[in-house]
Amino acid sequence: MRTLQIVETAYRATVEEQDDTIVWLTHAMAGAGGQFGMLLTGNAVCYAARGRQAPTLTIGEWQQSHAPDLGADVSALVAKGVALYAVEEDLEERGLRDAKLIDSVTVVPRDELPRLFEEYPRVWKW
Amino acid sequence: MSKYLLIESRDSFSSNAAQEHVELAVALKHAGNEVTLYLVQNGVLPCRSGADGEPLHEAIAAGIEVLADDFSLSERGIADRDVARGVQPAAIDAVVERLAASWKVMFL
Amino acid sequence: MPASLTFAIMDAPFENARTVTVFRLVQAALKAGHDVNVFAYEGAVGLSFARQAAHANAVHGRDAAAENHPLPRVWIEQLLGLAGKSGRKLDWVNCGLCVDERGMGEAIEGVRRGTPADLWKMSVESVNSLSVGTR
Repeated sequence: MRTLQIVETAYRATVEEQDDTIVWLTHAMAGAGGQFGMLLTGNAVCYAARGRQAPTLTIGEWQQSHAPDLGADVSALVAKGVALYAVEEDLEERGLRDAKLIDSVTVVPRDELPRLFEEYPRVWKW
Repeated sequence: MSKYLLIESRDSFSSNAAQEHVELAVALKHAGNEVTLYLVQNGVLPCRSGADGEPLHEAIAAGIEVLADDFSLSERGIADRDVARGVQPAAIDAVVERLAASWKVMFL
Repeated sequence: MPASLTFAIMDAPFENARTVTVFRLVQAALKAGHDVNVFAYEGAVGLSFARQAAHANAVHGRDAAAENHPLPRVWIEQLLGLAGKSGRKLDWVNCGLCVDERGMGEAIEGVRRGTPADLWKMSVESVNSLSVGTR
């Protein structure tokens, strides 16, 4: 059953986890045969912007091996056939409306969300 | 067209998101869907009669059924008689019923 | 008519009001005669940690027994019992990698370790599902 994953919270534990946990979960379920679309809303629209890689963290002598690369992870979902959307007004509020966005993201005005939701039998809001 | 249950856990006093959720609910309703808003946790705070409950009034005016979780109301000292007009106190069974009836349910 | 419902949850114990809301939902679903699946992801794997221990509350002058501090692992045990008594099923699955990174390997009896594939499978086999994300 096609499911629209709505992701709002961004950068929550992404350094500790080296992933966004919902983007990661979606990857894992897609690998198990799940069919998804992903809607980035709120601060999560930032994942759609092309940008610099996050820095690696150093604590004492511990050096992080893999800083999160959220743009790459979201792009990889697209490569797996996950349709990607970002809310236009949320991009605009965050100064990203004219930014370079990752390929294949569809910018959706808020008033078109009802139409988008109807394309999916199931909607999961995280 | 579908049936949507939006479970609103956030209040409009501490989060802009609550207003956006009402706008979403209204947009879904105007698109011809059946929509219920179930307020839970701090989401019930605007229900107190006399509170600034403008978003709730918008939802009610749009024909959206607005329910308020009875446990959350009680926890916050909002008696049934103090609940704003148009909002119905409800048990959490209301959520389970709609889940079981295949409504699209989102926890906001 | 009984249905199978799936809940995906993320909050660690004692951190957010969403935890109580979820437990109330699961209980209400079982009491309504439904089978329930719970996929505990991220911090929610701590809900079934076997080593949760009640404590006293000196601020209120209560010893541990009197305080009877809520412990989510006890709530899960109660819901497993409720399901068993009523002939319904409660399948509580902890995301294994989330368990590992948190060192929460000791879970109560009756819950199991799983993967995101379990969430997908449970959700596909259910009438409906609800995700309760964290913030």
